[in-house]
Amino acid sequence: MEVKDIYIRNMKTEDFKENEYLEEYVRELRANGVNIVVAKLDDLINWGRSNSVWPLTFATSCCGIEFMSLGAARYDFARFGWEVTRNSPRQADVVFCCGTIVHKMAPVLKRLYDQMAEPKYVMAFGACAIGGGPFKSSYHTVMGVDQIIPVDVYIPGCPPRPDAMIYGMMQLARKIKMQEFFSLSKDPQLWDLIPTYIKELKLKARELVYLLTHPKLWDIEVVNFIIAIMEKKGGKQ
Amino acid sequence: MNLETLQTLLPFAAIEQKGNTYNLTVPGENLYEAASLLKKDGFDFLWDIIGMDYGDTLGVIYGLSSSAAPVVLLFLKTETSDKEAPKFDSVVDLWDSADLYEREVHDFFGICFANNPDMRRLFLRQDWRGFPLRKDYDANPELNPIPLGNENLADMETLPVLNIMNEDDKFEVHETVFDKSEYVVNFGPQHPATHGVLHLRVSLDGEIIRKMDPNFGYIHRGIEKMSEAYTYPQILHLTDRLDYLSGTINRHAVCLAVEKGLQMEVPERAHYIRTIIDELTRIASHLLGWGCMCMDMGSITAFVYGMRDREKIMDIFEETCGGRLMANYSVIGGVMADIPPNFQKKIKRFIPYMRKMLKEYHLLFTGNPIARGRMNGIGYLSREKAIALGATGPVGRASGWSNDTRKIEPYAAYAKAVFKEVLRSDGLTFDRYIIRLDEIEESLKILEQLTDNIPEGNYAAKTKAIIKLPEGEYFQRVEGARGEFCVYINSRGDKYPYRIKFRSPSMTLVNVLKAIVPGTKVADLIMLGGSLDYVIPCIDR
Amino acid sequence: MFHFKIVTDWIDEFLRTNLGEGWALLIEFILTGFAILALYAVLALILIWAERKVCAFFQCRLGPTRVGPWGLLQSVADMVKILLKEIIHLNHADLRLFRLASFLVIIASLCTFGAIPFDRGLHAVDFNMGVFYLLAISSLGVVGILLAGWSSNSKYTMIGAMRSGAQLISYELSCGLSLLTVVILSGTMQLSQIVEQQADGWFIFKGGVPAIIAFVIYLIAGHAETNRGPFDMPEAESELTAGYHTEYSGIQFGFFYLAEYMNMFIIAAIAATMFLGGWMPLHTPWEGVNTLMDYIPPVIWFFGKTFFCVFLALWVRWSFPRLRIDQLLKLEWKILMPISLLNILFMALWVLYL
Repeated sequence: MEVKDIYIRNMKTEDFKENEYLEEYVRELRANGVNIVVAKLDDLINWGRSNSVWPLTFATSCCGIEFMSLGAARYDFARFGWEVTRNSPRQADVVFCCGTIVHKMAPVLKRLYDQMAEPKYVMAFGACAIGGGPFKSSYHTVMGVDQIIPVDVYIPGCPPRPDAMIYGMMQLARKIKMQEFFSLSKDPQLWDLIPTYIKELKLKARELVYLLTHPKLWDIEVVNFIIAIMEKKGGKQ
Repeated sequence: MNLETLQTLLPFAAIEQKGNTYNLTVPGENLYEAASLLKKDGFDFLWDIIGMDYGDTLGVIYGLSSSAAPVVLLFLKTETSDKEAPKFDSVVDLWDSADLYEREVHDFFGICFANNPDMRRLFLRQDWRGFPLRKDYDANPELNPIPLGNENLADMETLPVLNIMNEDDKFEVHETVFDKSEYVVNFGPQHPATHGVLHLRVSLDGEIIRKMDPNFGYIHRGIEKMSEAYTYPQILHLTDRLDYLSGTINRHAVCLAVEKGLQMEVPERAHYIRTIIDELTRIASHLLGWGCMCMDMGSITAFVYGMRDREKIMDIFEETCGGRLMANYSVIGGVMADIPPNFQKKIKRFIPYMRKMLKEYHLLFTGNPIARGRMNGIGYLSREKAIALGATGPVGRASGWSNDTRKIEPYAAYAKAVFKEVLRSDGLTFDRYIIRLDEIEESLKILEQLTDNIPEGNYAAKTKAIIKLPEGEYFQRVEGARGEFCVYINSRGDKYPYRIKFRSPSMTLVNVLKAIVPGTKVADLIMLGGSLDYVIPCIDR
Repeated sequence: MFHFKIVTDWIDEFLRTNLGEGWALLIEFILTGFAILALYAVLALILIWAERKVCAFFQCRLGPTRVGPWGLLQSVADMVKILLKEIIHLNHADLRLFRLASFLVIIASLCTFGAIPFDRGLHAVDFNMGVFYLLAISSLGVVGILLAGWSSNSKYTMIGAMRSGAQLISYELSCGLSLLTVVILSGTMQLSQIVEQQADGWFIFKGGVPAIIAFVIYLIAGHAETNRGPFDMPEAESELTAGYHTEYSGIQFGFFYLAEYMNMFIIAAIAATMFLGGWMPLHTPWEGVNTLMDYIPPVIWFFGKTFFCVFLALWVRWSFPRLRIDQLLKLEWKILMPISLLNILFMALWVLYL
């Protein structure tokens, strides 16, 4: 089965300014082909994940106010189901780096990121979080959060307008839609990042699905199974 | 207060007078004596301590004012040539607000204050190398790499004290903030209720708070140091990001200070526009402050209402200058662009709408029995304590301290408008809550009077391409949304300032919190924080 | 009037005639269990969606609109996500208790859910001590909350759990006392009997003033039992980040989340059953109206009344600020409890002399 084009209900694909990166990715996936059951399950999971991104309330400075505006009546990110802002990093999916990160804050942000449960995403919100912004020449500013934690989406602006933020969140949703839960990642670096128990779970699930979707293999398995039983019985005799 | 009385009071001081401003220079060993005499003489408000690196010497400037005669400003200056271990006497026992100010000077310049019970660094980590605001600071990033581990708790808790003002032996006493037996809870740096990245370490006895220790610096961006390498128009952009909720007001202050230095005539039209924009900012800031306080008490709907009406102001800003939160509107000599044709119409539509909404707020929250029960009798701040702590703005006015700079020293077009300085006498949480809503009403009155009378003419005076401020010291104070915002510029005739200092109105408010919080409950801590409405990036700068 | 009794009786008879007594019972138990679990999950999802919509309505917003029609599938997406979220194992936590806590909370809430009469014959647990059962089993949840707070080994969760313990145990009293008022009026503790007795008028009308007082007290105390604003001290978002479940992630947190919403539903359902007649249609002295009312299926009556109470809870939740812990306890011990005690006496006199 072919990998579907990424589609977001909220916005037409051609309205997004940057599509090449994702299209390239889709092409790459298609070249390899996907198992139908796995792909369907992945679609369901990605649908759930991309539509339910719970942000962590994390704001250090000015951009935090625009984040508040986003939650309030006019911009209302509840429409997209993102309004369940969690204050505990354990329950959040995405951390918005709203504002400058300074030397003293860096370990705190790192720890916060480590405390979050997988899958977790990071959005660098505003010029400061992207690369130091207006405070680039300062002695105490970290030049972008990507020096500390991996970033998924960058939203430029000082501070970005709430509309820009919605656009960025939809980009994140598109990115999530391209994720594979069951299939194995082809990127060895990414594979190393996955926790071991999820790896095991994924491998097992993959085996099971592979077995279930290849009826030819059933015969061998069943035959093997019967042979094993017979042998046991034979042994007893 | 005049020159003669001051001279007889302080015979060892060199005094010069410029209008209502007095500059006193005293030798380092007479500092405490001078300070205590001035305090006795009525200078009960220490609004800031400015550290200076003059090149060969290190100095400290104490900015004093009096609650009885707030027009008078007094700069008490002293210097020391000892750059290795500079020491001055602490004035903490005279003014409560000196505590944080002295720590700040210590952090930036390495100056120690003898007898200050708490000589930790204020903004930077305790293990930071060097004193960044000194002119010979080595900004090599290898010296202070990005830390990946958390700060050592023992360092954070130990209070170094320089006890004896003795030339020969340096005697440091180490005490800790909290006992081992105390139940210490961290609020922040990442916490929904600290309004930014403030780190409060609170010692609890059940639900009751015993002690609180604020930690700053989680958003310290070094704006003052950066400004020393920036031209004046460049600095303006940083001021918006200090207290971002009253950004235009901060910017206004710097513009006024530079204009004062250049002795520039600003067109009347620009004054009017600036005043209107400032008042709109104040309303927006108070709306957010009100909303956040309600949210801290658990009423999220009130917060959304506040944000909803704030959007109307953001619309006006957007149409005027293109920015929402960061207006970047005032420039040296006037404003960036002329007002759009719809400007007055929109404001006139906004005023009655806001009045209606204020009534709704009172219905929703002010009269709510739970809200009244929560605010009732909690967080008393007396007038004397407010002055000693330097709690300017709505917090001071709620305690009955008349400190509105718009009245004391009318700048821009404030003299043209008739408005009342809202004063309350009780100094309780409810007063601090209601005073913001009352101030919105007063701001609406100012808007009403000014909007129709914007004079015709230029919106900005012509300035030179490169602005060089003549040698000297320039000072300007304005009324920010949270209190007195002051700018001190020391220029050596260059296009960059030699030293620029911003007085943060929020910093003293955290000290207020520290003073009023013991004995209250955890829930009150959050509510009191909301009622003081501080903005952390303004404190940390 | 269509009752689910017809359906359930038919299934019962079918199973009994075809299989033996024991097998029929076993299959019925399993069926009931599955039905209750499914209903529980579906109702929780609906409630989460409803709360988000109602909250948006109070705050001049739109609420979820993009996922499914009117955002109906929003909570389904949330569920899919939360099921696949990593569960974090804490290093310094008491892991056995930590895992047990979330199950305890949801089991307590599920067991209470089973005792609610949805319709005649649609009632999983119908003891003759039904009211006692409700009170006993619903207060088990507090053990889970205390365990969660204690075993997480975090100061926030600890404070949250202690607050919760104080709060739930106090408000349990008023809850119980106000339900006892109804028991005095009805003379039985069996929930099905209580509903049947309201055929000629709901207790809130029949019981007069004391029943109304008991209803109001039950709504307040019950609302406090669900740990929701203005009584949401245990999780006080702006104070304790997320209170007792700060350290929980993934589906373990999902259990707390579901239980919170379902407790709200259960409290509303009990209020509807005890005071507003449960599934019983509105019966008036006028025959015509009664027949008209009887055309509406009882299940709709039940859910209508329950969701009305749920709406009241949401209304309060989204318009009031939070109480402080001492005010909260004062409200219970100095106001609600004395009133409920007097109210019981009042009700006894009412039953005796009227």
